[in-house]
Amino acid sequence: MAIIIDQDTRVVVQGMTGNQGSFHTGQMVKYGTNVVAGTSPSKAGQEHDGIPVFASVREAVLERGANASIVFVPAAFAKDAAFEAIEAGCKVVVMIPEHIPVQDSILIVEYAHFRGAKVVGPNTYGLISPGKAKMGIMPNHIYAPGPVGLVARSGTLSYEIAAALTQAGLGQSTAIGMGGDPVVGQVFNDVLHQFEKDPETKACVLVGEIGGSAEEEAAEFIKTMTKPVVAYLAGRAAPPGKRMGHAGAIIERGRGTLESKRKALEAAGVTVVEMPWEVAPAVKKVLG
Amino acid sequence: MKLYEYLAKGRLKAHGIPVPPGVLCRTPDEVAKALEEICPAAVKAQVLVGGRGKAGGIKFAQDPEEGRKVASEILGMNLKGYTVEQVYVEGKIDVEREFYVSVTVDRNARKPLVMASSHGGVEIEDVEDKYIVRRHVDEAFGMQGYLARDIAAEMGLEGDIAKQVAAILQKLYEVFRTEDAELVEINPLVVSGGKVIAADARLNIDDAALFRHKDLPQVDEGTELELKVKEIGLAFVQLDGDIAVMANGAGMAMATLDALQHFGGQPANFLDAGGGASVEPTAQAMGVLVSMKPKAIFVNIFGGITRCDDVANAIVQVKKTQGIPVPLVVRLVGTNEQQGVEILRREGIEAFREMSEAAEKAVELAGEVR
Repeated sequence: MAIIIDQDTRVVVQGMTGNQGSFHTGQMVKYGTNVVAGTSPSKAGQEHDGIPVFASVREAVLERGANASIVFVPAAFAKDAAFEAIEAGCKVVVMIPEHIPVQDSILIVEYAHFRGAKVVGPNTYGLISPGKAKMGIMPNHIYAPGPVGLVARSGTLSYEIAAALTQAGLGQSTAIGMGGDPVVGQVFNDVLHQFEKDPETKACVLVGEIGGSAEEEAAEFIKTMTKPVVAYLAGRAAPPGKRMGHAGAIIERGRGTLESKRKALEAAGVTVVEMPWEVAPAVKKVLG
Repeated sequence: MKLYEYLAKGRLKAHGIPVPPGVLCRTPDEVAKALEEICPAAVKAQVLVGGRGKAGGIKFAQDPEEGRKVASEILGMNLKGYTVEQVYVEGKIDVEREFYVSVTVDRNARKPLVMASSHGGVEIEDVEDKYIVRRHVDEAFGMQGYLARDIAAEMGLEGDIAKQVAAILQKLYEVFRTEDAELVEINPLVVSGGKVIAADARLNIDDAALFRHKDLPQVDEGTELELKVKEIGLAFVQLDGDIAVMANGAGMAMATLDALQHFGGQPANFLDAGGGASVEPTAQAMGVLVSMKPKAIFVNIFGGITRCDDVANAIVQVKKTQGIPVPLVVRLVGTNEQQGVEILRREGIEAFREMSEAAEKAVELAGEVR
């Protein structure tokens, strides 16, 4: 088991023939992901590295049975792409682009909710169920199958922690990037619910950061969880009122501070570590 | 992007929300002329900092001559680090009551949130919770009339004032939607002679949506260095410390600052060199760090999409062209690690594998060991 994607996921890549889309499609295929189609209005009817290219997601669903989409189109066209995938029946839509207008994201998330689809991101590195499938831009070699469910707001920091877990012999059931934007489809809460139900997952790692209150919201659910959670929170040194790279990583009007998140998580019984390199040892400890 | 008050008011007015009469002026003469039409008036510095009034950035004038006098005091003055280049001359209004209304994004609910209060005129954070009305709006369906009427009623308003406020709420939501606002706030929304008027307004536009609003004048906020790095296309924030930092990925860059602080150091900046930056932008970023004249430079790379050999080549390029006259600590792991480490070794730079050891070393070299 794993959450959201596995070996049965049939992936369509929206914007497959662009630079980024093309490179990462190759990486996803190399990892063993079942990429069944790509879309590109200008290259429909052709094949790209042996994968058929269609003009629309609808065709990819009808002819190739695609049930999940990963979006690589420019931010200005991302809302259209997401709506197309959801309307065509994809139940998972992974939104890689950064700088999607927040009101577009709100509409995407509302529509996904309405149609019973899951949106990962935007501004995410995607998700990977090690040994089964990946939909994203993460490096292939740092993951291994195992009992740890990993959910993070940011990419590289999550790679750092995944690599340390793997090195410590702690593989992952699924590792998922929530995304660095203020409004994203899958938040900590949604992901933790799924990890709690997943028999393969034995412990969870939450990598949060300043801004918003998704961590505080997650803490409420964690109180009811049976599985242990370890958390690392980034942004201790960040000054208020400044965006730290991610659109969502900002302390505004006294809200979104690290202290508030740490307190809420600790009150929910989470092991909150100070530094990223303390995560793997802490997971080892909670797994006993 | 925050908009100047005059721009924010202009947008509100364009959507049919009543605002006081006002004119944007750049010289004392223009202000004097404006006062021939609008009198008495407030002369308000157009800068993006709070607390303008207390800092002397808002003054009142009874006639054109007084307008000229106060304008010459305000124009050119330094207001919390910003030079005042424009003033907004606005008709003075008598205030009977003050309300608060805003629309913003509720990140958790993932919906627009309307906030309103009959206790306006102060920061909303200082208003007791029981006096604040909060209602979500479905972005797909917009704000219907009943919701606006509900909010006005919950604010405790009645009669014609409630009607006017409800109408303004619907228009305010239209501003939020059509202008791609992150925040639109009227505080205070005042009652003056039976009319409800937006006396002060804030309008922050979503940076990611600016491509849809090309008519808006670009308002740049940040230090000189921050604006320079923004042009390169990298996320950069200037801080108070003396260890310059580069990392790849926003989360990683934040964690790097935290690690330096953990060992007693003080980071000089936040710099996300990007998740897959190639040699050239990485070299430009390194160049910026060197120009900051820090006590040490710490480069922390976990190569995923970013290739360690690219980062190493960028460092070597800067060393050869610009020179790196301060201690440099590089932590390099991940994709093409061996090549990267080898490239640096040839230049006499020993890369670290562990983030903790590297951070500690950077702090030590900056001479700040606890």
